[in-house]
Amino acid sequence: MATSPYLPTEKFARWRKFKSSAVTAVLVVCALAVIAPLFLVIYFLLVHGSSSIDWNFFTQLPKPTGENGGGMANAIVGTMALLAMASIVGVPLGVLGGIYLAEYGSDRANDWLRFAADVLNGVPSIVWGMVVYLILVVPFKTFSAYAGGVALGLMMVPLVMRTTEEVLILVPQSYREAALALGVARWKVIMVIVVRTALKGIATGVIVALARIAGETAPLLFTALGNNFWNHNLKEPIAALPLQIFAYAISPYDDWHRQAWAGALVLMGLILALNITVRVLSRDRKHNH
Amino acid sequence: MLTPATHVLMSQTPSSPDPLPAPSSKGPDLAFKWVAAFAAGMIVLLIVLVGWQLYAGSRMAISQFGPSFLWSSQWDPVQDKYGALPFIFGTLVSSLLALLIAVPLGVATAVFLTELAPIKLRQPIVMAIEMLAAVPSVIFGLWGIFVLIPWLRDYLFVWLKHYFGFLPLFQGPIYGVSMLAAGIVVAIMILPIITSISREILRSVPNLQREAAYALGATRWEVLKIAVLNYARRGLFGAAVLGLGRALGETMAVTMVIGNRPQISASLFAPGYTLASVIANEFTEATSDLYLNSLFELGLVLMGVAILVNIAAQIMLKSMTGSGPIKVN
Repeated sequence: MATSPYLPTEKFARWRKFKSSAVTAVLVVCALAVIAPLFLVIYFLLVHGSSSIDWNFFTQLPKPTGENGGGMANAIVGTMALLAMASIVGVPLGVLGGIYLAEYGSDRANDWLRFAADVLNGVPSIVWGMVVYLILVVPFKTFSAYAGGVALGLMMVPLVMRTTEEVLILVPQSYREAALALGVARWKVIMVIVVRTALKGIATGVIVALARIAGETAPLLFTALGNNFWNHNLKEPIAALPLQIFAYAISPYDDWHRQAWAGALVLMGLILALNITVRVLSRDRKHNH
Repeated sequence: MLTPATHVLMSQTPSSPDPLPAPSSKGPDLAFKWVAAFAAGMIVLLIVLVGWQLYAGSRMAISQFGPSFLWSSQWDPVQDKYGALPFIFGTLVSSLLALLIAVPLGVATAVFLTELAPIKLRQPIVMAIEMLAAVPSVIFGLWGIFVLIPWLRDYLFVWLKHYFGFLPLFQGPIYGVSMLAAGIVVAIMILPIITSISREILRSVPNLQREAAYALGATRWEVLKIAVLNYARRGLFGAAVLGLGRALGETMAVTMVIGNRPQISASLFAPGYTLASVIANEFTEATSDLYLNSLFELGLVLMGVAILVNIAAQIMLKSMTGSGPIKVN
């Protein structure tokens, strides 16, 4: 007799249960759909990349299409050089900024600085390329490795700053107090006690930032430009793996496409290695505490 | 017996921890503090610098075209006439498509991870999502060109055209490279950030909420709907807006799959062009000053929109979590 859907009839209860399990199933499917692209990308990287990778790839310069052999030795070295230059720009600024946030800044100033860092983090990477083009390419009248390194380095700053702050805050306050009580100057307390205690955490943050920028292409397009030969002078254009992958991927030649896959596999391997380093480092840190 | 000096020391209150400052450390201390302050201030300085440089680089285009630059759809380097509309259209459409795909998937995955997944399964899935975030844009582009686009062209697009061809969205010739392909690739790229921030938001929902709903006899779906999603909706919206901020600036992958044609078409199968990709493609080939200035103005528009969207997202996320920090990167 009870026909109202609001009464807890047997049928209604079954419908509710059915709905709940249907939603559960949908959620599972969604989660699978989210991780599927990762496996698809890695699968095709391995299939196409590993068949085109050989010793030449690591030792030779790019060759014109049609010629056998040829590799990306210059691009691999170029990427390493760019990462090194980016670290020289980004790490000191980021770490010192993080020290300010953790050790000096007032709550209000810190809120604004963190906000600014997050905003800076949201600046599209291509914009960094344009800005550094105006600052370093136009005045010196040439695309250069320096410009590419600075573009990547500036992108590192907000990342390194935030992670540095986070690990410095974890250093127990008693360490600082003990050192200050012994009459050690504040800056020495920070550099010798606090920063050294947190050194592993800071290094982890730097590697995270490096992993983030290692694959960046857009900021290098108008700064480092790319180069088919060895770079003998950092004031001149330099090759980079992402740039080379891009150039080869949009080319019409099959052998260049194969090279692009091989380059992508190497680049992914580099980024994966950096990420694994981060995992190992942060696992050790958990053990220590 | 206490010496006078010890007596003085002991009578000091703990709130003044520096009773005998070493006089020699004042100078270096101050210098160090200022160096650190300068580094932190660089962050603000960099924002100003970026904005100023883009403005300086586009001044000629701004004075030549005025605000009509934003709604003119002519992009003609031969006649030296430039307008941003096709690129603004392409950026908005591809980003919104990406959101349309990524937000439901990302939020659902976050719900799965916080509410359903067995503990043992959570860590591997989170790790997989972090790895997805680590894949560079250019690799997604490569994969898009040689794997995704052929599949879309031969299967998904054909299927969509067959069953939904009555909609203007799914009409016209199928090239493969298209607005929809760009939307899908960008969706994959912003999924990790949407998922991880949604997950943080859902984890900040108090368990009492869930327990209260379960106690009333709610099923799992009802608990989610009434107690969890409803409670977290503002934060989830913030996560979506943050994803939008990322999508707007995506460059390489989009450039490789969108077809790079400055046109405004109702069809999602048609090629398009975005602000970021026209800059990437034409910047080094810009032959006249006005051309280069126009590209800088596109960059200025892109950065302005991206920063505004980002700030909006930050504010939404902050108001959701109170003072608790949400890690955005």
